[in-house]
Amino acid sequence: MIFKYDGSFEGFLTAVFSVYEFKCENVTIIKETQHVESLFEETEVVITSEEKANRVWKKIQQKTGSKGSRQIYWAFLSELSGVENTLFQYIQHAINSTKNITTDYSNQAVLEVSQIVKKVGREKHRMDAFVRFRKTKDNIYFATIEPDFNVLPLNAKHFKNRYADQHWCIYDLKRNYGIYYDLDSVEIIQLELPNSILNTSTDFFTAEEMQFQQLWKNYFDSTNIKSRKNTKLHQQHVPKRYWKYLSEKYL
Amino acid sequence: MNFDRIKEKLTILADAAKYDVSCSSSGSKRQNTTKGLGDSSGMGICHSYTEDGRCISLLKILLTNHCIFDCAYCVTRKSNDIKRAAFKVQEVVDLTINFYRRNYIEGLFLSSGIFKSPDATMERLVEVAKKLRLEENFNGYIHLKSIPGASDELMHEAGLYADRLSVNIEIPTKEGLKLLAPDKERKDFLQPMKKVKNEIIKYKAEKKLIKSTPKFAPAGQSTQMIVGATQETDAQIMYTAAYFYKKYQMKRVYYSGYIPISYDPRLPSIETEVPMLRENRLYQTDWLMRFYGFSIEELLNKEHPNLDSDIDPKLSWALRNLHLFPVDVNKAEKEMLARIPGLGMKSVYKILGARKYRNLNWEHLKKIGVALNRARYFMVCNSSDYEKRDLSAASIKSLILQNSASKFRNTYSNQLNLFDKADALIK
Repeated sequence: MIFKYDGSFEGFLTAVFSVYEFKCENVTIIKETQHVESLFEETEVVITSEEKANRVWKKIQQKTGSKGSRQIYWAFLSELSGVENTLFQYIQHAINSTKNITTDYSNQAVLEVSQIVKKVGREKHRMDAFVRFRKTKDNIYFATIEPDFNVLPLNAKHFKNRYADQHWCIYDLKRNYGIYYDLDSVEIIQLELPNSILNTSTDFFTAEEMQFQQLWKNYFDSTNIKSRKNTKLHQQHVPKRYWKYLSEKYL
Repeated sequence: MNFDRIKEKLTILADAAKYDVSCSSSGSKRQNTTKGLGDSSGMGICHSYTEDGRCISLLKILLTNHCIFDCAYCVTRKSNDIKRAAFKVQEVVDLTINFYRRNYIEGLFLSSGIFKSPDATMERLVEVAKKLRLEENFNGYIHLKSIPGASDELMHEAGLYADRLSVNIEIPTKEGLKLLAPDKERKDFLQPMKKVKNEIIKYKAEKKLIKSTPKFAPAGQSTQMIVGATQETDAQIMYTAAYFYKKYQMKRVYYSGYIPISYDPRLPSIETEVPMLRENRLYQTDWLMRFYGFSIEELLNKEHPNLDSDIDPKLSWALRNLHLFPVDVNKAEKEMLARIPGLGMKSVYKILGARKYRNLNWEHLKKIGVALNRARYFMVCNSSDYEKRDLSAASIKSLILQNSASKFRNTYSNQLNLFDKADALIK
């Protein structure tokens, strides 16, 4: 049986609730947007319910502790196709087991979830590192990114602690939403951005901005040791797909 | 800000600072509690990587490259004919803040050539850190160089504003130092190191009693040695490192393969290649000492004064100690698991977690990520399929080498070829 949900985390948890409610076997949980109608399989449309989601979440927390529930959320943010089914197996294994299963790495679902979490964690950490703020004319430090996974919700706390005294915004161009900090709290926002946003045009950005990018690029080049050149290692650490957001690479 | 002038200085003074390999920005626990700028309570972050693959996490510059000393191994030595420049204190502060606000860096690593006197230089470094902390309310990471010969008072003040302090001893042996830096004495390096160590201990003890005690160099001290500038053995380097870890409670010792920068006949010739493989093996040894429970005597000693180039130091140790193997991964203690070649600490913890649920077999171990190519000769698991032949160390080594592709293969096979040729000549 197929369970279609709206793509949100609550929606997914509600879907898990429904599977247990209907006592189904052989289930597939899938986002509405990814679903292709099938003649042979029954489909159930899940209506997201905060109450049902909370009940499932509580049960998960009780069974797997803070580590397991964190892993489930992080793996969900990977948006990998089929991740819902791996997560469902993980949750089932947790609920059926009397022990906490978070380190049961010889179980296929547990191992897979831990590997996905590792990838998501790496991407989150990369965004902590690769965000490059550019100062706008109205004094907002503004950055655009396109992470492989939907990690922006995980980055908010880090940037809030670090840049407590400046307005900043990090915008995910791929998923078309951003997080904005107004010296008080972090909010989710949606903007209409011009295509030219990657150019540091003085229509939006301060005149100094380009100068600082130049200085940074200059530093980047000067701190390199030519006799130790190692392009492979360099690209392994700074994969090419991120270059268009890194002024030291695109200038 | 005069951008052109700053750019010129930055080019000179970043270039001169790049031979200092320390890049760490972690371990400080300096939180942003006053809604100021910056926070260094988490793990360090590498914001970019140079084209040689080294991490960039700090703005690493010299305050000035004017220097009254003439150490042969150093690019800023007095007798070297290079462009000189000097930053003003405020310029360094502005540059740090503007880079930090744009998320380019974790903080500042400030070193300097020694102008006028050690104290005059140290005073200026401290001034930068003080301004950043007190005027800019900056909680990012600050690493200051302790200038050999600086007074205890200045070192004390430095510790109040910096997260980390470091003095590079550079040359691992006394004889080497005498040859390459005749105006310097080892005790000048050790004096500020000792002062900082004692203060760290004192402040930590006070902090236990009075919570409001300020932080003193919370990320500790580090030092660096140049590898391959003089004729030292690996054992000499690593015993010196072990001494600093123990005696001075160093957080890190860095090893920097000598990069030829001079025609001085006391140094390796200008065409010499940077000894990257050797550097790598020294770091592996350092890790085994700090995280895997090895003592330095086990890894390097009179019989083995140098590390093997073709295999890693853990494998090399295991081959000398075959009587301790094979280890049963489902039963062995953590300490022994950590000694199996091919098993990193992450795999060790995964095994410890996973074996609580069921006995592990080869398939499980492979999926967890154990490098079985090396590990399988040294362990048994829940399987009747294990190495039953009584293999000698030499044959295990050759089996492992046959089935592996090291990125350094060319380096050491060249060396081997040379030996072969030498052998042929002797015969």
